[in-house]
Amino acid sequence: MQLKGKKVIIIGERDGIQGPAIEACVRSAGAEPVLVQTQCFV
Amino acid sequence: MVRKAVDEFGKADLVAILGSPDADSAELYAETLVHGDPSWLGPLAGVALDLPVYHIMEPEIKDQIDPALRKEHLELFEIALDVDKIEEGLNRVRGRGRA
Repeated sequence: MQLKGKKVIIIGERDGIQGPAIEACVRSAGAEPVLVQTQCFV
Repeated sequence: MVRKAVDEFGKADLVAILGSPDADSAELYAETLVHGDPSWLGPLAGVALDLPVYHIMEPEIKDQIDPALRKEHLELFEIALDVDKIEEGLNRVRGRGRA
């Protein structure tokens, strides 16, 4: 899956990799985040 | 909110990226995003979005990220997460094909 040019739905998790971190990463790969969430189950 | 994004942008260029800390939660998210909510409780119950779903730590995705950002945001998780198991769970969902 080539991320460049894709629109990305990001579902991060507080105890894993959080939404904003994934957002920064996928932007660097040329993708456009359209939804960024960080789930928390506490 | 995911459904709203799909309605707004269409499925053609959409991909979902997960940051779950373990294989079970990654598989559950993937199942929901591909085949619909298996618990039949949430807004995606019975809604098969059939989105391509990946975990940010899967090599196929991780290798496309700028090395400096990868080091800053993901390096720690290379030790903490069982990426092989996460990938195994996602492959199970992806391998089931279209609902």
